[in-house]
This record gives sequence, C-alpha cells and structure tokens, in this order.
Amino acid sequence: MIKFEHVSKEFISSKTRFLAVENVSFEVQKGDIYGIIGFSGAGKSTLVRCINLLEVPTIGNVYFDGVNLTKAGPRELRKYRQKMGMIFQQFNLLAQRTVLENICYPLEVAGVKKREAKERAEELLKLVGLEDKANAYPAQLSGGQKQRVAIARALATNPEVLLCDEATSALDPITTKSILELLKEINQKLGVTIVIITHEMGVVKQICNRVAVMSGGVIEEEGTVKDVFLNPKSETARKLILPAREKLLETGERRVLRIVFDGQSSFEPIIAQLVLETNTLVNILGADTENIGGRAYGQMLIEHQSDRAVMKKMKDFLRRKGIYFEEGGSQE
Amino acid sequence: MRQEIIELLLLGIGETLYMTLVSTAAAYVLGVPLGVLVYITDSDRICENRVLNLITGVIINLVRSVPFLILLVALLPFTRWVAGTTIGSTATIVPLVVAAAPFVARLVESSLKEVDAGVIEAAKAMGSSPAQIIYKVLLPEAKPSLFVGSTIALATILGYSAMAGFVGGGGLGAVAINYGYYRYQTNVMLVTVILLVIIVQLFQEVGIRFVNKIDKRTKQ
Ligand SMILES: Nc1ncnc2c1ncn2[C@@H]1O[C@H](COP(=O)(O)OP(=O)(O)O)[C@@H](O)[C@H]1O
Ligand SMILES: [Mg+2]
Repeated sequence: MIKFEHVSKEFISSKTRFLAVENVSFEVQKGDIYGIIGFSGAGKSTLVRCINLLEVPTIGNVYFDGVNLTKAGPRELRKYRQKMGMIFQQFNLLAQRTVLENICYPLEVAGVKKREAKERAEELLKLVGLEDKANAYPAQLSGGQKQRVAIARALATNPEVLLCDEATSALDPITTKSILELLKEINQKLGVTIVIITHEMGVVKQICNRVAVMSGGVIEEEGTVKDVFLNPKSETARKLILPAREKLLETGERRVLRIVFDGQSSFEPIIAQLVLETNTLVNILGADTENIGGRAYGQMLIEHQSDRAVMKKMKDFLRRKGIYFEEGGSQE
Repeated sequence: MRQEIIELLLLGIGETLYMTLVSTAAAYVLGVPLGVLVYITDSDRICENRVLNLITGVIINLVRSVPFLILLVALLPFTRWVAGTTIGSTATIVPLVVAAAPFVARLVESSLKEVDAGVIEAAKAMGSSPAQIIYKVLLPEAKPSLFVGSTIALATILGYSAMAGFVGGGGLGAVAINYGYYRYQTNVMLVTVILLVIIVQLFQEVGIRFVNKIDKRTKQ
C-alpha cells in the first residue's frame, strides 16, 4: 500500500544542511496499523510528511498503491492526497468554521455537492460520536473532541490511509486511550490502513501491529510489535521500552530481569510463585502492566542478588510458564 | 457667521468621509491581491517564487517610503490624467489610493502571516489547490485580523486625506488650513481636530465590535 525505497530528505538552507531522513526503506501493508516510534527530533514527522509528499524526498521513491508519487504532477498528487487522510498533534482545524463545515472542507475541495457533503459530514460526526456538536466552533471543544473532528474530517473523502502525526501527544491518558480505540475501530470497520507517529511505546502497544523504530533519521529496526517489544535489538528500542535501563546497567552487582507478560493469565501469582520456587527474594523495580480481560500485558523489572544456580532456576521457571524475559544488569 | 462655519464643517465631514471610505475601498481592491501575492510567493509559502516576491516587495516598499505629501505632489500629472483635475475631494482619491494600496498590502500580508501554518498544512494534506487554500483557508481564517487591519487603514487614510486638504484636497483638512491656519481662527482648528479624533474613534470602536462578533476563536 505504502512503500518507501531508499528515501532521504535533506533540509538545505543557505548556511546549513541537515539530513533529517536517511536512506529509509519500509512497506506498510493494506490493513496495517503501522507505528513509527522514536524520540523527538528522530525525523518521524519528516518521514510521515514524505508519505503524502508534503515534504518532497531529496532522493528515493515513495509508492502509494504502486504509483510512484515522486513522479506525479501537482494535479495528480492532489488527487492522491485525497486518498490519504492526515491528523496532527495540534488538530489543525479551521477556527472560523463550525465542526460540520470543517468536515465539509475536504469534500468541497474534492468537488462534492454541498447537500451530499453535508449528509456525509453528519454521518461522520455520528461515527466519531459528536452529533450534538455539529454547529459548535473548534474553540468550544476539548482536545479530545477536536481530534475527533479532525479524524472525521480526515475520513470524509473515504481515504485508504490515515496518517497520524503525534495525534494523541497533546491529550491526557484517558482521552488518548479513547482516541486510539476510535482509530482501531476505524481500521477494523472501515478497513483504513493507519500510520501512527509517536514517541510513546504505550500507543504502539495499544493498537499497532507493526512498528519501525527511528533515530537520527534512520529506521533502526522494524518488525511486528510483539517481536520488537519482546526482543528489542536497537539501543533506541530498548530505551523506549525501558526508559530506566541505562541507570540499571550501572548497578553492577545487582541483577535485573525484565519480565514481559504477553497475555498470560493475570490470575496466576507469577512473582509469588517465582519467589517460593527459587527461594530467593526479589525486589520489584518497576512495572507497567495492564489487565485486559483477565490476561496480563506489559512488563515488570525485578532485581535480585542470587547466584548462577538460583538464576538458572528462575529462568527455568519462567520458561516453563512461557513468560518472556531478558537479563539486564551484569550480563553473563 | 456661526451658521456658515457649521455648514462648512458639515461639508468637511462629508468630504472627509467620502474620500476616506472610497479610497480605503479602492486601496483594498488593489491591496488585497498585492498582499496575497507577496505572502504566497514568500519563502516556504504555498507558491514560493523569489522573483515575483522581490518585485512586489520592492514596489510596495518604494511607494511606502515616499512621504505622502511628496507623493501627492509628484502624482499631480497622473491625478490630472485620471480625474481630469487636481483639486477637490474626488481628485484626491487618486493619490490616496496609490499611497494606501501598498500600506494595505502590508497589513493584509501580516494578517495572513498570523494564520496557523498547521492549518495550511492540513489543507494541503487534504489535496487543496493553491487557489482553494487562498479562498477557503487563508482569507476566511484571517478575516478577523483583516478587519482589524482595515480599521488601521481607515485611520491612516483619514490622516492622509487631511494632509491632502492642505493642497486643495477639500474635507476637514482644508477647513483646518483655510480657517484655522490662514485666518487664525483657533476655535475652528480645535473643532476640526476634535471631529477628526471622533471619526477615528468611531471607526475603531465599530471595527473592534464587529471583529469580536465575527471571530469564532473566542468561546461564546
Ligand atoms: N523545514 C526544516 N528545515 C530544517 N530542518 C528541519 C525542518 N524540519 C525538520 N527539521 C529538522 O529535522 C529533524 C527531524 O525533525 P522531525 O521530523 O520533526 O522530528 P520528529 O518528528 O521525530 O520529532 C529535526 O532535527 C529538525 O530540526
Ligand atoms: Mg514530530
């Protein structure tokens, strides 16, 4: 659906040159919810803007449905942009238009008749749950509501792809969750492929099926969310998953285990069993787990001071339980 | 005598309003496209074009850097060619428009610059053409700011029109120079000053009220 072939973007001004995206190749399949994660300044926004050519790649090719967009003329490109919706961190709604008029905007641009556009806009308002706000102005809405309007607007022309640049970064955690749920629903019900830019692992974990980890303009690793989360290979991915890891690595004598729950029963007292079975005390350094439908998801960091033999027992126990783990601290 | 002065002042007010309003309207007819042009051709804007931007920029700056009174005199042949005369309020409209159009262009440009870049970006992402961005995004989003600008333009053009009164332009400026200055009637001078202040205040007040009414960024 979307394919990047050796794409680089260099910002060139009279004094400086800056390579924001460097030789990036990746592919988003139809139906994916594809996450692009990285710290601020990694080049994520530049990359996503290369998808709809808001930013023209310096070199490389961008394909959309097999068409090379970098070779498309301006008129043709505008037609393709109508097949790609986009939402932003700052919502970017038209402040002088009502909610309904905002959603009508892309339809006006596409040349849809006024009546038809209005009907479609009302349909979309229902989809995002804001029927009662049709005549409100953006200034009268909360952040979450604004983003819902932005989503409705982005979907107005029935796009095949929805690009989201930090769409939840300006929202509180609860609103974030509801927006992500809405995106997932759109993906499943309408079959819209979604590309999500974020700096939060939680966002990727909640809805993405694939993820690319970006740093310094380069994609450092790419794969299914499960693979990257369970077995991060790049330093950036590790930092994003385990923000405190660097400090932990300095703890020398202490041994740290990262245990990852991937849908094991949350009714089973895993840690307690681990302690009893190996006869060692563990200290929980941090946990980021969630109970979804009786299953545990997330990770836990535990610290212990046991020797090799006990360590082996712990590992055996975890393997038996089918729980992923990774050793930190002084590695053997 | 008093009756005569009052009639004179009323006529002055009428002429001043006539010159100011007509000139402002005409200055906007020229200034809005000029302002839009200089904005959209600027670097990183929707129709970046160095040459066109430079040319419009130079024209605007050239006219703006000539003091109005000098422009007025320099334009006399042109004014005669357009209006058939150089005296009276209708003739004065010619130099007023020439002087005000570049000023309006700058006001328009600065209003457009206030439009959030993210909104323009979103419009682009939705497949808008440059013309659609100008008519459906830039101008409507800048509307409140454009109207604020127009109250500034009105006050400035009113000031220019008063200067024009010194060289046969009519209006309150002419009353002030002919009676207040040449005939030492200080009280007439004072009244014209007060009238000018009131007119400017009126423009501002009505303008701001109107802007507050149409601006949707404030919660109602
Ligand atoms: N128009 C531009 N001109 C010059 N440098 C830019 C421009 N846009 C982005 N950059 C630089 O490119 C880098 C990546 O930016 P961005 O793609 O916004 O990163 P992210 O979205 O991951 O935070 C940053 O260092 C930024 O300063
Ligand atoms: Mg960004």
